[in-house]
Amino acid sequence: MLAKIHVTFKDGVLDPQGKAVHHALADLGYKEVQAVNIGKYMEIRLADGISEDEAQSRIEEMCDKLLTNPIIESYRFTLAPSE
Amino acid sequence: MKCGVVVFPGSNCDRDCYHVLKQVYKLDAQWIWHKDLRLEKFDLIVLPGGFSYGDYLRPGAIARFSPVMKTLMDYARTGGRILGICNGFQILLEAGLLPGALMRNRSQTFICKPVYVRVENNRTPFTGQCAEKAVLQIPIAHADGRFFVSDADLGRLEDNGQIVLRYCDRNGETTEAANPNGSVGNIAAVANEAKTILGMMPHPERCADPLWADLDGEPIFQSLIQSF
Repeated sequence: MLAKIHVTFKDGVLDPQGKAVHHALADLGYKEVQAVNIGKYMEIRLADGISEDEAQSRIEEMCDKLLTNPIIESYRFTLAPSE
Repeated sequence: MKCGVVVFPGSNCDRDCYHVLKQVYKLDAQWIWHKDLRLEKFDLIVLPGGFSYGDYLRPGAIARFSPVMKTLMDYARTGGRILGICNGFQILLEAGLLPGALMRNRSQTFICKPVYVRVENNRTPFTGQCAEKAVLQIPIAHADGRFFVSDADLGRLEDNGQIVLRYCDRNGETTEAANPNGSVGNIAAVANEAKTILGMMPHPERCADPLWADLDGEPIFQSLIQSF
């Protein structure tokens, strides 16, 4: 099982990197851009045979405990069979 | 007064802290290795600056799960005094011993320069020797020093006197221009509710040896010594 995790800043947390990229895109003429959020992407490979339910709760636990800081970050992830 | 300086892989201000405690203030100072599970009885434990575990994931995120941290949490619960400087501050936040988070500087760059900070609360063991609203010049050296708390938490910190230092100009004005990293409310140091734990981004150990010209870190250490 492969977990693909996206971590982004919560609403209300200033993301200067996203802001700067937003400005740069606007300068390049992409006027339709409304917001840019820059985050992190992680892949975690889990042992074969783990059920999807178990994987779901284990990955959530990992995100809450170590992978993200709940004060400033939120996360979402998908689970897919390992290639 | 017995002091311990924790050494994580990647700590790089540990020797400066140890030097100031041991050689300048002649205190009983000892190293604490990050793998130590049993601690002797300490009066003060310093978490020094540096890049523990390479700042991987987030500064302090991995150090917070070092073996020594379990014991440190017990020590904290029983009222033990902890001073976290820079990366030490980041570790204390990740461990949940202090409220808030430290994020990448607003400028996205590493900033190394002397800054002014104003003492917001001089009724703590870390600032007891400072005059009210005293202005100190202490260097900062960090890439991740932008303090963040939610508005609700900010109000609580203010009400409880947990904001101990704020970035300011030389006249003590906490202006936006004097905020080096974009911290909420110009906050440079916060304490826990009981004021037994302090986290600060500026480095007092870099300006507390009389052999050097800058000595504004001295009141922090003098306060700690006088508090016992």
